[in-house]
Amino acid sequence: MPASLRIMLVGPGRTLYFLARSLLALGHHVTLVNADAAESAWLARHIQATVVHADGSVPAELGQAGATEADVLLAASRRDEDNLVICQAASVLFGVRRVLALVRDPEMEPVFRALGVEAAFSLNRVLTELLERRVVDRNVRDLIPLGEGQASLTEIELGPKAPAAGRTLAQLALPADSLVACVFRDATVLIPRGDTELRAGDRLVVLAMPGNHAAVLRRLAGA
Amino acid sequence: MSRASGPVVVIGCGRLGAYVAGELSRAGREVVVLDRRAEAFEALPAGFSGFTVEGDAGEYDALERAGLAKAGSVLACTANDNVNILAAQVAARVHGVPRVLARVFDTDRQELCDRLGIRTISPSEVLGVMFVRFLAEPDASDGPEGSDTSGGAA
Repeated sequence: MPASLRIMLVGPGRTLYFLARSLLALGHHVTLVNADAAESAWLARHIQATVVHADGSVPAELGQAGATEADVLLAASRRDEDNLVICQAASVLFGVRRVLALVRDPEMEPVFRALGVEAAFSLNRVLTELLERRVVDRNVRDLIPLGEGQASLTEIELGPKAPAAGRTLAQLALPADSLVACVFRDATVLIPRGDTELRAGDRLVVLAMPGNHAAVLRRLAGA
Repeated sequence: MSRASGPVVVIGCGRLGAYVAGELSRAGREVVVLDRRAEAFEALPAGFSGFTVEGDAGEYDALERAGLAKAGSVLACTANDNVNILAAQVAARVHGVPRVLARVFDTDRQELCDRLGIRTISPSEVLGVMFVRFLAEPDASDGPEGSDTSGGAA
């Protein structure tokens, strides 16, 4: 587990409530900055995080909420202009080392990155990718789409009848532009090479392109 | 035709936006006004000959439809500081608009903009400076005839 971080989450309550709970369980110190009085009061009663009733998109209030002490900050408010100012104020005025934005408008993702917010994500893009996913298989778990949907990372389990079981990576001759990045076997992790033999029960993390994604998964796990 | 002579895009059709758009249009400049409410355009003067675009300036699509790609200058003057700051950066950094000005009320946000290289105008500051100058003007009754002619230039 990474060293305990001081994490600041800025935005409306319910989305961030569950995230805050998970982060606290991992041992991090969490501050929630919430602009709604009733929600702040509810959060303060229900969670061990520090709850500050403030508008994080007003730099003075973000500072008073303790932004200078934060190691990392997530801006997840309803409006992208607020998320941008929260992130920029956090890094430029308060020196927060890492800032992330959950943007609403997917077209703002590359814009935020161009404006210096390196980590900007939209739920829209992730959900669209998942909804459009043609491969539906209970053994396949999508991780994340990468780039602008230019590549995808998928976790897949090899069932007993999987074509890849008992064969080496080299023998499988996977399509170009794909990679088995790692193999989880029992309690261990392997970074496979051409001579690594895959086994039933292995969970593979597969990097592929939208164009060859289905073919790669079929070659590994079968139809 | 240089980029700098491209259309003026006014973002926000409140009192300031409507005034600026009206004046520039009267002076023969090509003007586009963006506002998220169609009713806001009623504030434009009768002779306004520019374009109006309905859309939310916090959304990338609306900013594109307002014509930032060809704009020579942009004034971001919605009622919301943060929208103005976002729009100004999209204009300057993403679309390369040569002259961009944002109205920003909050002084901390102004400082943020200074550090980010965005030019801003702060109404409080401008009015404050004007009022202080006004207070420094000589009193009308100090004139030689003691008449009530206006104070005149100092």
